[in-house]
Amino acid sequence: MLETVFSRPDALRDVTTHYCPGCTHGTIHRLIAEVLDELGVRERTVGVAPVGCAVLAYNYFETDFHEASHGRAPAVATGIKRARPDLVVFAYQGDGDLASIGMAEIVHCANRGEKVTVVFVNNAIYGMTGGQMAPTTMPGQVATTCPLGRDVDMAGHPIRVSEMLSTLRTPAFVARASVHTPLLAVNAKEMLRRAFSYQVAGRCFSLVEILSTCPTNWGIPPAEATTWLEKNMLPYYPLGVFKTPERGSREPLPLEG
Amino acid sequence: MTKKLMKGSEAIGEAAVQAGCHLFFGYPITPQNEIPEYMSMRLPQVGGTFVQAESEVAASNMLYGAAGSGERVMTSSSSPGISLMAEAISYLAGAELPVVIVNIMRGGPGLGGILPSQSDYFQATKGTAHGDFRLLVLAPWSVQEAANLVQDAFDLADYYRNPVLILGDGLIGQMMEPVEFADSREPIKVLPPKTWAATGHNGSKPRSVINSLFLDPEELERHNFHLKEKYDRMERDEVRYEAHGLDTDYDVLIVAYGTVARVCLTALEELAEEGVKVAMVRPVSLFPYPSAAVREAAAGAKAVLVVELSMGQMIEDVRLAVGRSKPIHFLNRVGGMLISPDAVIDKIRAIEDGSSEEVRHA
Amino acid sequence: MQNDVIMAGFGGQGILLIGKMLAYAGMREGKEVSWLPSYGPEMRGGTANCTVVISDRPVGSPVIQSPRAVLAMNLPSLDKFEPDVRPGGLLLVNTSLIERKPARSDVTVIEVPANQIANELGNPRGANMVALGAYLGATDAVSLDGVIEVVRETFAAKPGVIDVNIQALRRGYEIGAACTVGV
Repeated sequence: MLETVFSRPDALRDVTTHYCPGCTHGTIHRLIAEVLDELGVRERTVGVAPVGCAVLAYNYFETDFHEASHGRAPAVATGIKRARPDLVVFAYQGDGDLASIGMAEIVHCANRGEKVTVVFVNNAIYGMTGGQMAPTTMPGQVATTCPLGRDVDMAGHPIRVSEMLSTLRTPAFVARASVHTPLLAVNAKEMLRRAFSYQVAGRCFSLVEILSTCPTNWGIPPAEATTWLEKNMLPYYPLGVFKTPERGSREPLPLEG
Repeated sequence: MTKKLMKGSEAIGEAAVQAGCHLFFGYPITPQNEIPEYMSMRLPQVGGTFVQAESEVAASNMLYGAAGSGERVMTSSSSPGISLMAEAISYLAGAELPVVIVNIMRGGPGLGGILPSQSDYFQATKGTAHGDFRLLVLAPWSVQEAANLVQDAFDLADYYRNPVLILGDGLIGQMMEPVEFADSREPIKVLPPKTWAATGHNGSKPRSVINSLFLDPEELERHNFHLKEKYDRMERDEVRYEAHGLDTDYDVLIVAYGTVARVCLTALEELAEEGVKVAMVRPVSLFPYPSAAVREAAAGAKAVLVVELSMGQMIEDVRLAVGRSKPIHFLNRVGGMLISPDAVIDKIRAIEDGSSEEVRHA
Repeated sequence: MQNDVIMAGFGGQGILLIGKMLAYAGMREGKEVSWLPSYGPEMRGGTANCTVVISDRPVGSPVIQSPRAVLAMNLPSLDKFEPDVRPGGLLLVNTSLIERKPARSDVTVIEVPANQIANELGNPRGANMVALGAYLGATDAVSLDGVIEVVRETFAAKPGVIDVNIQALRRGYEIGAACTVGV
């Protein structure tokens, strides 16, 4: 008697991805797909793909999809959700897409409390265009447009998106996770499950930032990339839940009257 | 069916609602603020949704998401805001999404002014954004026609799976005129169900991906030819124009669109009382352009007069239609200045007595 | 047959409102009408004007360069629009707020002490109605009864002001009718 103990989730298509060795986009796709399967929402899920390495995400998920223009996935997701509130809508965005060109769209989508889920993959670099400086590139980190390393006097400090969005008064679920170890990947899936569950329950906007490696553009082997992430990114981008709708706002209320 | 006195902006909003548009995404900009204001009041009454977006960039991408979900959706803006939407409009055309976009034009370039203008003709008909695509462009000259064209625009957008642009000016937006809405309305096209919409996928239909990315050059080429075939069909089937005074002899043919054509009509009627014979072709669809109608009407005239609130944009299409067969004259005001019937009359007299200089050929 | 008028005054004098009421009454009588407001920064500057066209035929230009009538509710409006009145046309001047005499001799001038009459009626905000009444009296562009009906509808939510506004209209109408001109 044979028993299947591991298989491809229904929400993932049976195709080979174009992602580089050592990249964690594939892992993150799988975790999302597992959550969609387990919540039983795959058939009413619509994804929104970004411009960036995940531009072809629509080829990998067994769900309907929209391909958005660069940075606008939260606006497209807003349009879908407002048109069809019965659908489960998620946007999948990288750091250049979300935190640079699309900063306005993500902030306002979160602030309106759109009942959508955003998966924000932060690998501290522009991947698809070939390794340019991202808004999340670490101080001193070398990129093709900061060949001497990010100079914070010129380029500012990397933006902590989860912390920033969690200052908004609008209820939301905001968390940061990582997938560079199996245990952390399990935790990341739990964060995604909570994020999608809040949406399915019609509760709030949800965003899970997931730290990711980019050996190709960081210019180091995959194993070293994991170490680099731990040493350089984790201290600056701490993992955890930054905001839940239950916990209310940490901000002082405006003066009344 | 009763007549109501409505502002153009409100009539545009109401027409959309009655055409089944229950979604509106927009951003404030003068002189079209009455459209989003009306929709923010009206849509909740019909169970619809209004979102004031953070920018025109976001609004136009919300349009993309809503249209890709198979729903009727509209936005409105004015010239600088349409420039910000240009990127999304290209994506909408590439992904073949039906939407209605209203541009209540103001003067430019740059921040320009806020008064009526027709200076976005090129943008609307030739170069809206990157890539090989066309918008179906309809230009109303009255509040009633604005309402009618908005309703037709939704049918045309759905039929061709293409964005349709309503090109008006500040006068259309601000003016109040009587409007009638039919009690019930049949679509002007046979509209198949939107099976292509991305509304979830359970294996009963092919997976829907709303997309304008074609990395395979052969595939993109096929897509471009497919789009062209649609634009060709529009040119064959969707030309709209109105003719005035073509049934009798005339010396001068006026070509003008939008509210400017009304000014010209007043001039034409006053001249007719004096026995001066003038005719007019008013393009209603700017793409597809009524080239044949302009050409045929020009054949019966000694000269053609183009009247525009721009530095001469539509004049290029008139030139393409007429060629060098007739002298073309041009009358314009810009910057928000308007053309009076008297100015048109003076220009016609100048053409007749030979003191008006024709526009030089390129 | 076409009547057209530019109505102008301070923001808050109810200029745009009487223009709309005129257009609305015209529409009710089966006429073709258009109402076009000024818009933009000049609104913020405190002046307001609108152009109303009432015609037996579809309205051509909604923008009127040489109106058949101008209703000036304050001095800046008289200064701005007096030169535009079509020769032989009508110039209504709110003498309560305008001291200078019009310079034009080729138009019919009707002096309407609109604010004074409104105050006499105990309805200081009704000066616009007096002015509208005067315009109607002079031109019969639409019927007085039609406009009275529109007044009733416009102020349906504030029944207390209906009668005083109708009174104001009638007082204005008498002044205008005394100087009836063919415009």
